[in-house]
Amino acid sequence: MGLSCMIRKGVRPVVELLAKSPAEGLLPYAKGAVELSELALGKAASIAPFKGQLDAVEKALGQGFPKVGRTTGHVVWFSQGQYLAIAMDIPDALGKYAAITDQSDAWCALELKGAAAEDVLARLVPIDLRQSQFKRGHCARTQLGHMPLHITRTGNDAFRLLSFRSMAGTMVHEISRAMDLLAARR
Amino acid sequence: MRVNGKGLIDRSRPVSFTFDGTRLQGFAGDTVASALLANDIRLMARSFKYHRPRGVLSAGSEEPNALITVKRGSDAEPNVRATVQEIYEGLEVRSQNAWPSLGFDALGVNDLAAPFFSAGFYYKTFMWPRAFWERVYEPLIRRAAGLGGVSGTASAAEYEKAFAFCDLLVIGAGPAGLMAALEAGRAGVDVILADEDVQAGGRLLSETHGVEGLSGSDWAARAIAELASMENVRIMARTTVTGAYDQSTFGALERVSQHHAPSKDAPRACFWRIVAKRSILAAGALERPVAFQNNDRPGIMTASAVRSYLNRWGVAPGRNVVVFGNNDDAHRTAHDLRAAGVHVAALVDSRPDARVTGDFPVFTGAQVCGSTGRQGLEAVTIRTQSGTEKIATECLAMSGGWNPSVHLTCHMNGRPEWRDDIASFVPKGGAIPGMVTAGACNGAFSTHGALAEGQAAAMETLEALGKKGAKSDLPDAEDTPYRMSPLWAVGGTGRAWLDFQNDVTVKDVKQAAKENFRSVEHMKRYTTQGMATDQGKNSNVNALAILADVTGRGIPETGTTTFRPPYSPVPIAAMGAGAQGKGFAPERLTTSHHSTVKRKAPMIEAGMWYRPSYFPVPGESHWRQSCDREVNMVRDTVGVCDVSTLGKIDVQGPDAAAFLDFVYTNTFSTLKPGRVRYGLMLREDGTVMDDGTTARLSDTHYVMTTTTAAAGAVMRHLEFVHQCLRPELDVSMISVTEQWAQFAVAGPKSRELLNGLLDMLIDNDSFPFMACGPVSVGGVDARLFRISFSGEHAYEIAVPARYGASLFEALNEKAAALGGGPYGMEALNVLRIEKGFITHAEIHGRVTAFDIGMERMISAKKDCIGQTMAARPGLLGAEREQLVGLKPIGAVKQLTAGAHLFDPENPATREHSEGYVTSVGFSPTMGVFLGMGFLKNGRARHGQTVKLVDHMRGIETLCEVHGPVLHDPEGGKTRG
Repeated sequence: MGLSCMIRKGVRPVVELLAKSPAEGLLPYAKGAVELSELALGKAASIAPFKGQLDAVEKALGQGFPKVGRTTGHVVWFSQGQYLAIAMDIPDALGKYAAITDQSDAWCALELKGAAAEDVLARLVPIDLRQSQFKRGHCARTQLGHMPLHITRTGNDAFRLLSFRSMAGTMVHEISRAMDLLAARR
Repeated sequence: MRVNGKGLIDRSRPVSFTFDGTRLQGFAGDTVASALLANDIRLMARSFKYHRPRGVLSAGSEEPNALITVKRGSDAEPNVRATVQEIYEGLEVRSQNAWPSLGFDALGVNDLAAPFFSAGFYYKTFMWPRAFWERVYEPLIRRAAGLGGVSGTASAAEYEKAFAFCDLLVIGAGPAGLMAALEAGRAGVDVILADEDVQAGGRLLSETHGVEGLSGSDWAARAIAELASMENVRIMARTTVTGAYDQSTFGALERVSQHHAPSKDAPRACFWRIVAKRSILAAGALERPVAFQNNDRPGIMTASAVRSYLNRWGVAPGRNVVVFGNNDDAHRTAHDLRAAGVHVAALVDSRPDARVTGDFPVFTGAQVCGSTGRQGLEAVTIRTQSGTEKIATECLAMSGGWNPSVHLTCHMNGRPEWRDDIASFVPKGGAIPGMVTAGACNGAFSTHGALAEGQAAAMETLEALGKKGAKSDLPDAEDTPYRMSPLWAVGGTGRAWLDFQNDVTVKDVKQAAKENFRSVEHMKRYTTQGMATDQGKNSNVNALAILADVTGRGIPETGTTTFRPPYSPVPIAAMGAGAQGKGFAPERLTTSHHSTVKRKAPMIEAGMWYRPSYFPVPGESHWRQSCDREVNMVRDTVGVCDVSTLGKIDVQGPDAAAFLDFVYTNTFSTLKPGRVRYGLMLREDGTVMDDGTTARLSDTHYVMTTTTAAAGAVMRHLEFVHQCLRPELDVSMISVTEQWAQFAVAGPKSRELLNGLLDMLIDNDSFPFMACGPVSVGGVDARLFRISFSGEHAYEIAVPARYGASLFEALNEKAAALGGGPYGMEALNVLRIEKGFITHAEIHGRVTAFDIGMERMISAKKDCIGQTMAARPGLLGAEREQLVGLKPIGAVKQLTAGAHLFDPENPATREHSEGYVTSVGFSPTMGVFLGMGFLKNGRARHGQTVKLVDHMRGIETLCEVHGPVLHDPEGGKTRG
């Protein structure tokens, strides 16, 4: 491709693009003993080591990779043979050993926090999230209502929820509805 | 009538409610049934078929008679059991199935015609004329026979669905359930204790005998307090476990807010799915009635119900009571009533050898054989060895013995077993994996028996869970042996009711057997015994005992009908909770959504995505005006369209090229980095699956695009091919649909527009047709693809989604300056029809590459998914309907999608159809409607005339057949 033929138009770009977060203007929302807010993931990239290259990837990144459904440092298990590196610098050299794909803008990341967070999620997520079974750092691919979900327990009463960016509005709607219904119980 | 000093109700908190408009008072803790009885109202409903006056039969969720409607308008809930509904201030209760009033019901005449309404009446009577069934008979029958009606307006009530997980689910909080939960809770396992009642205790709340020196209700309260203090125990009151399903999953309905005034915010009920490693069923038992003539009058109820009303709610269902039973347990009712100062008119025990002591008239070896009193019981007739005797009474407490609640154990096709000593069915062990049964539901009818079995079940379960339980001392409790002698029906001529809810009598069951419906399942369906809300809980065993008797078989051989979920009624609204309105499906919104809506573009749904139909400008009053303008705009200047919804899949790895060669019909390994190629994908059966462009970013890195609708299906397909068919290929995939906001910039001025935005200029050399590469816009790394779905010189530019909204604005601002602007799906559709490009309207799942004229894209140099199957006989050749373009040539100019194509000489009938139309649009470029469709041997028929006929819309148009591509067939514009 003839990139060399492109002509630079001066030092400053001709247009300024403004960044917008997936759930901008929708959050935070608090009800009862729970708060829902948007998380800034920062740079996020999927890492899928090529065949037999997991060791090389771990060496290049200087850290071990998690087992299925677990987190190690900034690397969280994401899918079969796939990990998500959150807020991490990824050296270019890693591309030799793994498929690296920018995912920074693909996900709407929310945090659900509070004493009743588990109870709110019990309305939407069909897996066992009891503290004894789903501990801090545990993660799973599952569903949030009708939406795809990657969930991580980030604290005793805190969860990180990732779903499609385009579904941010529905995510907020579904979770806040569950929060409302739970809080309205007496 | 209230009885002083009795009951667990809170007399310091009066509660007023209305019944059929009359204001009544009860107390906190009352159900509608107990409060009505306290107000001396025995008549609560009309029966299903004969409109007979009815009162309560029971005091629990099994109630067949007292069905009521609560609340009003769209809030109204029909078929609520008066025995379950708790009263609250302002509750409105209405009776059902009566007109004009409960006291005088015009359809009560049905009762006089009863001799004609025996089992099978409908089947025999309404046979002829056949057409009358649907239009005349059925509506009539439905009106006459029925339960409560729905309001006809959409309910605004909220419902909830939820999931719960535990080591042990204990079903029922009577003595057995409480004991099991206590032992398991103390051992530290995660326990859920669910009970349908508002208060824990089960029968302990209704009996006078105590536990460990405490009253039954106090002991239960102490137990529940201890359980509530344990972090590992969750108590779910007002929660009925309704079904047992695979993998130890249980359905349960929680009544969340039905016991207080309707609130907009609180869910009415919550449908739980509880996953438990183990379960203990402690569901108790239900007392069965005895069938005798006119045993259905208001005031006749089970003996245990009378004890419940007396001991739990402080209500005597009559000023005097006759007790009738076949077992010792019934005697308690007489003793409790006597002790409370209620007059016991007689105790009648059918067993000649029964030993009864008490300060009331006793008849042993006697039976109640009839009753009188139209709207409420006035007297019963007793048959003794010496003759018959009439005794005036307002209430009859009857007991035919107890039926263990085995229902849940049968939900996975288990059949209960008959136990002769208690004349009842009990659960068969192992019917539900991981479930142990305990207490009355297991045939242990004493309190001691229940506590002991509850404890044993807990120990068994703890062991299975790998935990050690410390057996505590069993609390002292009564251990009266259950002595009974079966009595199903008292002989006599009149109608003796078995199934109160469906008005099925002993005679009906006999009639069914006589007409050879001898299997219990046939009998059930012929007589309707065991249907509707109580699902035969009160009548099942009695009915099959009668059937066993008349067919000369034993009860075990006769067997029961099948108990299926739900155990008690579950509103569909609870199961479908959250799926109304916005909850129906997620909304996928593009980054340009906000701006698009602000421009007043009507949105359409594509998959779950919302996309603009068109962008109206002032002066346009019809979508066609907007669409025509947008098409002309793209053809003349430049248009901008959000195409982010197309699926984008990142394919990377040393074998990425080989993988794509295998899933696409054409070759991608030969594509140079920095180039894009159109690809066609087949299903394994050789049919076209999807199409789209794939760009090669580097040797080992491709980005595939799919159609919007098939993005998910293609991703699934790729994963299947990789994981199952070609696992040896070193390739990995991830969706980047959401990562990139992508916009089409199409039209002769597209490059001019882009050069006003990009940080570096492009020209035809740096970016020829089908080129791709990195660019920078506003300092942001972007991707540019020179591809076209309109037939114009066009690009697609992609930026990380966070910049999508901003870039869309910038693109439109620049476009406006060039005389262009945004365009929507309508224009996009017309543009591609003019150019002959296909969408899923054409590749709808039944067409092959040959049909769309792309069979040469199936490369013979390599294997690919669907290659062999696409070459099957019948998938190639003149007999196939092939893709063609259509143009009207007669007086009628309209084309419609879905219309069929015919030879003009042939009648427009099914057997003459030669094809069909898939896409149409008015082309402002050509000034005429254009269509695409499939026509038999179509490619050989260009220039011929066919007749388009749309029978649905009444349109008939003569069309000329041509090739699909009309706009710029040489492609000069795209390359320019």
